[in-house]
Amino acid sequence: MAPHDLRRPFKRPAISDQQRRRELSLQRQSQNRRDAQQQARCLADTVLSLQNDAAELETEPDIEPEGGEAREVINDVRQAAKLRGPEARRWFAKQLMLPEWMIDVPHRLNTDWYVFARPSGKRCFVVSSNGTTVSRLRNGTMLHRFPSALPNGSRCGNSSRSGQSYCILDCIFHEPDQTYYVIDLVCWGGMSMYECTAEFRFFWLNSKLVETEACNGPSTYHKYRFSMVPVFNCDEDGLKTAYAGSMPYVKDGLLFYNKLAHYQSGNTPLALIWKDDNCSQYVCDTDGKGQVPDQQQVVLELLADGRLATSDEPPLILGCLNEDFIQKTRLQAGNLLRFAIGEGGLILVDGKLEKADLHYLGKPNRGRAFADSYSKVMFQHTVRHSPLKIEHLLASISSSNEEENRTSDTDMVD
Amino acid sequence: MTMEVTQVLLSAQSVDSTLRKHAEETLKQFQEKNLPGFLFSLSGELASEEKPVESRKLAGLVLKNALDAKEQNRKYELVQRWLSLEASVKSQIKACLLQTLSSPVSDARSTASQVIAKVAGIELPHKQWPELIGSLLSNIHQAAFHVKQATLETLGYICEEVSPDVVDQDQVNKILTAVVQGMNADEGTTEVRLAATRALYNALGFAQANFSNDMERDYIMRVVCEATLSPEVKIRQAAFECLVSIGSTYYDKLSPYIQDIFNITSKAVREDQEPVALQAIEFWSSICDEEIDILEEYGGDFTADSDVPCYYFIKQALSALVPLLLETLLKQEEDQDQDEGAWNLAMAGGTCLGLVTRAVGDDIVPLVMPFIEENITKGDWRQREAATYAFGSILEGPSPDKLTPIVNVALSFMLTALTKDPNSHVKDTTAWTLGRIFEFLHDSTMVTPIITLTNCQQIITVLLQSMNDTPNVAEKACGALYFLAQGYEDVGSTSPLAPYFQEIVRSLLNVTHREDASESRLRTAAYETLNEVVRCSTDETAHLLLELVQVLMTELHKTVGAQKLSSDEREKQNELQGLLCGCLQVIIQKLGASESTKYAFMQFSDQIMNLFLQVFACRSATVHEEAMLAIGALAYAVGPNFAKYMPDFYKYLEMGLQNFEEYQVCAVTVGVVGDICRALEDMVLSFCDGIMTQLLKDLSSNQLHRSVKPPIFSCFGDIALAIGDNFEKYLMYSMPMLQSAAELSARPSGFDDEMLEYTNLLRNGILEAYSGIFQGFKNSPKTQLLIPYVPNILQFLDSIYMEKDMDDVVMKTAIGVLGDLADTLGSTAGSLIQQSLASKDFLNECLSSEDHLIKESAEWARMAINRAISV
Repeated sequence: MAPHDLRRPFKRPAISDQQRRRELSLQRQSQNRRDAQQQARCLADTVLSLQNDAAELETEPDIEPEGGEAREVINDVRQAAKLRGPEARRWFAKQLMLPEWMIDVPHRLNTDWYVFARPSGKRCFVVSSNGTTVSRLRNGTMLHRFPSALPNGSRCGNSSRSGQSYCILDCIFHEPDQTYYVIDLVCWGGMSMYECTAEFRFFWLNSKLVETEACNGPSTYHKYRFSMVPVFNCDEDGLKTAYAGSMPYVKDGLLFYNKLAHYQSGNTPLALIWKDDNCSQYVCDTDGKGQVPDQQQVVLELLADGRLATSDEPPLILGCLNEDFIQKTRLQAGNLLRFAIGEGGLILVDGKLEKADLHYLGKPNRGRAFADSYSKVMFQHTVRHSPLKIEHLLASISSSNEEENRTSDTDMVD
Repeated sequence: MTMEVTQVLLSAQSVDSTLRKHAEETLKQFQEKNLPGFLFSLSGELASEEKPVESRKLAGLVLKNALDAKEQNRKYELVQRWLSLEASVKSQIKACLLQTLSSPVSDARSTASQVIAKVAGIELPHKQWPELIGSLLSNIHQAAFHVKQATLETLGYICEEVSPDVVDQDQVNKILTAVVQGMNADEGTTEVRLAATRALYNALGFAQANFSNDMERDYIMRVVCEATLSPEVKIRQAAFECLVSIGSTYYDKLSPYIQDIFNITSKAVREDQEPVALQAIEFWSSICDEEIDILEEYGGDFTADSDVPCYYFIKQALSALVPLLLETLLKQEEDQDQDEGAWNLAMAGGTCLGLVTRAVGDDIVPLVMPFIEENITKGDWRQREAATYAFGSILEGPSPDKLTPIVNVALSFMLTALTKDPNSHVKDTTAWTLGRIFEFLHDSTMVTPIITLTNCQQIITVLLQSMNDTPNVAEKACGALYFLAQGYEDVGSTSPLAPYFQEIVRSLLNVTHREDASESRLRTAAYETLNEVVRCSTDETAHLLLELVQVLMTELHKTVGAQKLSSDEREKQNELQGLLCGCLQVIIQKLGASESTKYAFMQFSDQIMNLFLQVFACRSATVHEEAMLAIGALAYAVGPNFAKYMPDFYKYLEMGLQNFEEYQVCAVTVGVVGDICRALEDMVLSFCDGIMTQLLKDLSSNQLHRSVKPPIFSCFGDIALAIGDNFEKYLMYSMPMLQSAAELSARPSGFDDEMLEYTNLLRNGILEAYSGIFQGFKNSPKTQLLIPYVPNILQFLDSIYMEKDMDDVVMKTAIGVLGDLADTLGSTAGSLIQQSLASKDFLNECLSSEDHLIKESAEWARMAINRAISV
């Protein structure tokens, strides 16, 4: 029986960082588990209150989802399916991801981005739930209500899925072949795709859509055909194919999606649209008669203090109306107004739009839900003066290829 | 049936390895083919005076190893084998053992003592060998001192081996009497007295009743105190060990003796040899431990029903104890900072001073300050170091009000000393003291902060500069920076460290690359500090974290390339990979926690995952715990995108779940399964067959550490919540397991806190599983599959409610299960719910709980139940 060791820790903190890492992990995991449970319970709650008290819902106009709260969004969509009239329009209008117009070529276009030809037609949100499918335009108005082969999209016998199973697709309805071209996936089979990267959403869309037979031709329980859009890596070949290759639909410009971007409601610089005369009939905005006006026109929102704002968050101010004018024309804050850009043009400071020479034309047609965004104003401006051409895009791809080679060389020296 | 084993046993100790291996093989075969003969031969060998001492000793050791093993399953097996031997064989072996206690050869006696204790450890709990204690006690009355000595040693070993409740009080009394008499200075030899004193150390745990009797206690205490004055140093040391043990075991009985003990211990600290002096200091350290525990438990708020009152022995002894400890601080050894095994008077005294400070708080400050002021500027490094150590020791315990003014004065002195003091020992202690200042007095929420915009830059400059100092000083500087960063944990959106972030990170990375970074655990300290700096960083520096990710990935990449490593190199590689994965884990968790930074991080996820997979591939049979933790954080950050990694990752996940030996790895992997379930939701389905199989195997194994079982149950819940009614096919396997675990945990066995804590963890895991399963089946047409389990689940809830021993976490989860059950099954379960106690008394109790989480769950349950029974 030797004496017992009585050494104590000397000049040492009592807890090891490894133990701390374990504990912090466990904390995070149990917090996440609690959240998941809580969400499951809330979901049940909402569905119940919906059934019991649908009227109450219509008095709740401020349903505004955040990208991060995927479950909440799902909830809200389920609720919103019950919304009627202007509330419904306002809600759906906010859900679509709106690409900015491409005014500069983004970095790493060839590695980080997808490109595809945008089908010409009406951008809409297609929701399948409770045995029916509804498509709504960007301004929230309903386009079609129809049966479809999407999960829970019709009342036909083979849809054994539960009430939670529903889909939300981001589509363009192409009139000539009466087809919904799916350009993005928001929700599939009850599972939110908001927090997934574009890369994953496209992958999932590709594998799931075909399974459902939604790509088949019209039948009793499937009124409109759905179709995938061919998506390419934005390298030289991909860009050329999207731009010049033949597609089963009429093109309206090119869409660029950042591969890692999540689905985000509203304007985002991680999805971009670009057009020229070769790939779009609508490069320049047209007026009510379908004519391209002599001067560029913009639609801006009137703020309470008379300033004129774009639809960006935060908005950009392009000018101001004086009080007399507002009173005389009986305009109100929140009105959308159409202006022509006069000889003064756009005033740029350090490449940023500071002011515009605005001439009031009147109100735009009532279907408009939003003012123009900064990027749209700028794109329309450059189209008229010094357009960003396909050659520029191709050049940027080949130059970043070179750059890449160069960096990998230095890596090897290290 | 015996065999001539002498030659084999001698060969087994040969220098010739062929001979040795052959002998070991022979012994092994003998043991396997004929266990009784084997054991009997060994005991005969040990008992025989004709045999050489070497073979006798080894015979005893082999015998001992045939009775006991460290590993639990092996131990159980050996015990069963012994118990199933024929009684006659056992009694012959035992006779040989007892006979050996009288051998003139001391090695033989001492080996026999240990073997007897092992046999006693097996047999006494089974009420076998009742005559053992009696025959040992009769040995004591023999004249031969060497027999007395061996017998006392045996009694000591037995007390160490068996638990007090298997020996009845009458025998305990006799053992104690024999032992205490053996310690008596008037009798016997030094060897006898030493053996008796050491035996008492082990027997103290048996003396509960005797310590409650004033006379018996007085007697034992007197003998122990006398033994501390023995002329023999080993006896004094052993006697002080007894005092230390009495101090913690019988704290509440010490009052009458504390003054004497103080006199004895202070004399020993000042005058006796180091091993004795160290035990004397340890006595006071352990009294501090007791009082700190008591004060923490009751928060200084004593009522009549407190279990153990605080006697404030330290407070009473303070004015004499502090000078005694301060003296020891001056007795440093030259190189103690470089020697990991060092333990000397200065270290023990300093440690004790820190404990005293925690026990008394503010009162210590005026007693120590004069010593610091007098010595801190002296020419002799010992005085400067002792003063600095004293200062570092009194920082934990006193109120910030008391310390802040002093620290404000001392801080710039310390910073200067850390850069300018010529002595490395002083610098080491100075850096450590700075760390203690930041640990206990620096916090972004303090009203009068000690770190201000004015001195922040200087502090950082000095610490970063010290990272180039000797490894032990650099390690302490890292530690100081760790706590400096930690103080800004709740700083909000702007951190005063942000401007220096890049420089700090660069310096820490430089430290990790130092040639001598493996000394004084410097590399580890640097990475740990980096982790804390990352954890406490703000969004301002998120972009720099992205750069750091790339640096760490490059480093990790370098480690996975190496091939054909020696075992030493492999260990180093493993350690470095652990540190790098740990740091990446912290960063992933940090960046993954907010939407904006998560997005930016995603560009690296493919590469990082690929690296983690390569780290796994570096090992053949096990997965790396740190890499596994990091992958959990990654799954949380990337969400459903994690699906694409699953095909490659799955085999390692399975490997982790199969790792019974390193149960931490298994536990961590179970947690990662939960992360993956939440990330992939129903996409995890295709992997579930494999995962569930493995989890069920884990639960059925008695090899797996029990702490992993509760998280496995919780994991069932995670899986069910993710895959919904697809969990159907696992119900028939998982439900019976949950049910039998529930039955077991409804009535905990034993009363100790540890068991109760485990029982509550187990209950919580089971309940989380039920919650997940019910919620997973919500709105499914298959809910009726759950109906058969409802009565048992409700019964489980009722019985844990009746036991009245669940903690708040279990309460919250339990009432939540009731809600989930009602919510998913609705009116189908309405009448069953109404019959349960849980839906009435338990629910009401939860509804009126002060814990808002319990209340919230209860509100949910009430709503769901109302709905279920109203339809």
